[in-house]
Amino acid sequence: MRYQITHQTRYGYGGPVSLCHSIAHLKPRETPNQRCKLANLRINPWPSVVREHRDFFGNRVSYFSVQQSHLQLEITATAEVEVWAPALPEPAATQPWEKMRTQLQDSVGAEVASARLFTLPSPAAPLDPLAAEYARESFMPERPLLEAALDLVSRIYRDFEYDAASTTVATPLAEVLQLRRGVCQDFAHLAVSALRGLGLPARYVSGYLETLPPPGQPKLRGADASHAWLAIYCPEAIHTGGWVDLDPTNDCAITDQYITTAIGRDYQDVTPLRGVFYGGGEHSLAVSVDVDRLEHN
Amino acid sequence: MVANLASAPPEPTGLGDSYRPLAGQFDEMRTSDGGLRPHWQYLIDALRELGSEGIDSRWQEARRLVRDNGVTYNVYGDPQGMSRPWELDPLPLLIRGEEWAGLERGLIQRAELLNAILLDLYGPRSLIDKGLLPPELIDGFPGYLLPCHGAPAPGDRPLVLYAADLTRDASGAWRVIGDRTQIPSGSGYALENRVVLSRVMPSLFRDSHVHRLAGFYRSVRRAMTRIAPRHSDHARVAVLTPGPRNEAYFEHAYLANYLGFNLVQGSDLSVRDGALWLRTLGRLERIDALMRRVDDVNCDPLELKENSLLGVPGMLQAVRAGNLGIANALGSGVLEHPGLMAFLPALCEQLLGEALVLPHLQTWWCGQREARDFVIANLDNLVIKPAGSPAGQRCLFGAKLDAEQRDELIAAIRREPHRYVAQEEVQPSTAPAYINGMLEPRPFVLRSFLVSEQEGYAVMPGGLSRIALDTDTPMISNQLGGLGKDTWVLASEPERQETLIVTADANAPAVVPAVVQESEVSSRVADNLFWIGRYAERAEGLVRLLRIVIIQITERSSLAAEADADCCLHLLLAALTHQSQTFPGFVGEGAADLLAQPVPEVLSLISDQKRAGALPQTLQALGQAAWSVRERLSNDTWRVTNDIERRQRLLTQAPPRGLGRALDLLDPLITSLVAFSALTHENMTHNEGWHFLEAGRRLERGLHTASLLRSTLVSVSPDQGESILVEAVLGVTDSLITYRRRYQAGTRVGAMLDLVLQDEANPRSLAYQIARLSELIDEMPGNSLSTRRTPAQRTLMRVMTELRLAELDLLARPSEGGRRRDALDALLASVETSISALSDAVTAQYFRHEEQPHHLIGQRSEAEALRGALPVTPLAANPAGSLR
Repeated sequence: MRYQITHQTRYGYGGPVSLCHSIAHLKPRETPNQRCKLANLRINPWPSVVREHRDFFGNRVSYFSVQQSHLQLEITATAEVEVWAPALPEPAATQPWEKMRTQLQDSVGAEVASARLFTLPSPAAPLDPLAAEYARESFMPERPLLEAALDLVSRIYRDFEYDAASTTVATPLAEVLQLRRGVCQDFAHLAVSALRGLGLPARYVSGYLETLPPPGQPKLRGADASHAWLAIYCPEAIHTGGWVDLDPTNDCAITDQYITTAIGRDYQDVTPLRGVFYGGGEHSLAVSVDVDRLEHN
Repeated sequence: MVANLASAPPEPTGLGDSYRPLAGQFDEMRTSDGGLRPHWQYLIDALRELGSEGIDSRWQEARRLVRDNGVTYNVYGDPQGMSRPWELDPLPLLIRGEEWAGLERGLIQRAELLNAILLDLYGPRSLIDKGLLPPELIDGFPGYLLPCHGAPAPGDRPLVLYAADLTRDASGAWRVIGDRTQIPSGSGYALENRVVLSRVMPSLFRDSHVHRLAGFYRSVRRAMTRIAPRHSDHARVAVLTPGPRNEAYFEHAYLANYLGFNLVQGSDLSVRDGALWLRTLGRLERIDALMRRVDDVNCDPLELKENSLLGVPGMLQAVRAGNLGIANALGSGVLEHPGLMAFLPALCEQLLGEALVLPHLQTWWCGQREARDFVIANLDNLVIKPAGSPAGQRCLFGAKLDAEQRDELIAAIRREPHRYVAQEEVQPSTAPAYINGMLEPRPFVLRSFLVSEQEGYAVMPGGLSRIALDTDTPMISNQLGGLGKDTWVLASEPERQETLIVTADANAPAVVPAVVQESEVSSRVADNLFWIGRYAERAEGLVRLLRIVIIQITERSSLAAEADADCCLHLLLAALTHQSQTFPGFVGEGAADLLAQPVPEVLSLISDQKRAGALPQTLQALGQAAWSVRERLSNDTWRVTNDIERRQRLLTQAPPRGLGRALDLLDPLITSLVAFSALTHENMTHNEGWHFLEAGRRLERGLHTASLLRSTLVSVSPDQGESILVEAVLGVTDSLITYRRRYQAGTRVGAMLDLVLQDEANPRSLAYQIARLSELIDEMPGNSLSTRRTPAQRTLMRVMTELRLAELDLLARPSEGGRRRDALDALLASVETSISALSDAVTAQYFRHEEQPHHLIGQRSEAEALRGALPVTPLAANPAGSLR
């Protein structure tokens, strides 16, 4: 499937801003089942410096600084991406989860080392005994890894209510667990923390999801949003680099409707846009996202 | 030179007779059977010759030097707060040259090894991929900063500065007990210890053939220039300090001064065009290399710790863009992971192809199963160190835990094993310390310093030794109190004396170009200098007025309360309240009572520490402003600053109960304040920074001269009173002698106004201050070349003209009614307003601090649950079936 993504962010300031530095994770990375054909960042007012580098996880990071006085900052990221539905191993045929964990500890090599990094707690997905306990119900002894993981994702889908008003970007995991509600980001953090609590590697994925209007209605502009899910390390997933992406918000493994932007330990590693500015006073934020399907050619 | 004495030397008497090494610990001076180690012979002989009185007087001298140079180490929560003097033991630690050479080899190898590890961890990570370092050890440690991965390291030496803490085991072998790679601090204290000790024991120092330290600092300077992307003598290097409240601020200022680097804070800097810039007055100056004394995680709120106010947003980008070198590289704190030691022997074989020379503490990282089992089984003999967050967690001594704490610790280790490290408990070796007139053995730790060279590392021949005051202190930390000690590495041959300025190379140019153009002044520094000028002058003016007031009060009682004298005194007391801004005082509500009994209020102005505007607070403000620009003041100036601070403490700690005693305290204070002014005038280059100090002084003097004249002369006093008053005003303004010479016919208001108001040649007159201010303001940046006059320049022109055009007769003559001089009042009021406006104008033009940086509010991912909007069937119903 081919998509064009337009992600527009607009900051408005109460007073003039003299200098602004920003770091963006807005250009989609390549994955085993995704090619990024085109990625652009348009910044208004014109930035004095724009640089791009790869971060620790191989994501594309854009840095820019606006050095002229401005009252409004607009960042428009456009990308053209081709996605294939990932080929996944048969869940029931994956090895028991404890076995995978032991294997991981006892072997060396680049893939193992980078997977083990994701067993460690991270700032936004700290170890939480309650989260690990929650995961244990799915991870019964000897259960195949992917089967257990899919079960965990289903339970989050059933037990937690999607509620955009209940949490913010700063709501800690413990509170989400208690409220039993949140948004995709909270569910992804919960699953990540729960899996790591069992010693299993899990990473956070940020990206987009194609949405379709109810039948017979036109698609509204700017109505899409950025999305987040998680990936679990599963050595049998040889076609997807050893990782299987699961979406607890929609209770599924990802399809060719999911576009990956960046991966990290948690949200803080892959924040779409962060920045520091001088002056400005109070400021406001408006975001609009469009994920448009392009015709096959 | 004395190391080859074969026969047992005669034992010195006194001093060290009762000195016995502690059982089971290696002692630097004596062998376990009590014999003196030969290389101490010379020192002990010399000390014996000095006698305990001689040593005492040297020790006092050393303390005085430490105090005068303002060597401090701030201990948080200490009542002496900002300026607790660094404690120095007068006895150096002696190390034989041959022994040092061996130690040096080990230290250099260790620095090379750590540097290679650092390069790998922030680059290919092959050590982790090959299984030589477990990912949990590194990736689970908060000191490993992911955003720094892939940032360039100039010259492949991210570890520019390195320090190792050393002690000896019972057999006398040196061992590393800690690595300092984040901010290897202490080398400034080592240098200061050396300066002091070589001054109080010059001949002993000279004859002991001690290795000099200057060469090491030359290497530091070269190393900093080398990491600057624009290699050249013009590369601009700065020392980044967290600021005057930091515990080691003295060292930051001292090193910056000694090395000729600019001392900067995060708020002085900004990143533009992908490079780092220092905001100076009206300009931006590029910084090429930073010696940072701020923890790496606090250096860049854009990519590292968000809420840090100590760093500069975008700093990491400047490094990535290849426009800035930092020592040490951001992220180098990862090497301080205590668990890393367990892996060093294998890593040394792998990376350097040789065995690790210098042993360190036996270390177990609990992330490894066997190590964890061993640690839990042997908890009683081990020290447990948490690696990383939560910060502030302290070391635990297994043997000191009760059963409950023990279980708790074991459970915590099992829960997150990668966060726990265990090390053997060591008994540090002991060295002699001079305590209560005797030599006594005390545990010590030697911190050794290294700096990168083009090839390899250079070791400082010496170091910072710190000793514990108790014999059984397991940890020695300056935060917990301890003594500093100079460390003498004894050469077999005498060395040439060197300083940093004289270059050892005979072909080098005679004048080494300064790395920093010393005129560069940041807004913050200019602001502080301006206020130093103001506070110094304010204090001096206040003390002068207080002195005259005290004399008047004392004389009045002898004159049996004459009405005229009374009236004059009341006006002077009112002037005191006006000048110190301590209303209501002698002018507002309740003034009548205070005027009848003025002594307590006057004493309060002299010694009340809590009173805004009183003398102690003014002096304190002067001290703080001076401390904030410590590196700009010469050592002589600093000595006087310390003297002023000491006199201020005298005033507040034992407040004078009577006026006589107060006068005794004020007289020397005037002398110190005048000395301070003279030194800043004579010993500071008259550069941009000095212009601000001088302007502050002139502005304040103008202000209080106007205020004094206004509160004393606007009311017309009876004849006799007026001449006392004129004399008093002349006394305060230090113009009495000139006046008597010039106007022999008694004391008259008109003549006095001529001298104190209008005479542009009298450095105490109002007109002189305005004239000087005009010159100074014209020379400030942005004013000299501009065709349009700035608000400050216009204000000064107006005041100057007013003063010049004023007619003295008119000013001196009482208005109708004969009670007040209205014309004088109007003129002085206008002058006061203008000078205040001038201060505001200078502040607005030069000290407008850049706004605080803010963070953009975050946006979150909140794509809604699709709930069936997906064209494919949700997988939940039959996951296994639809996933293929």
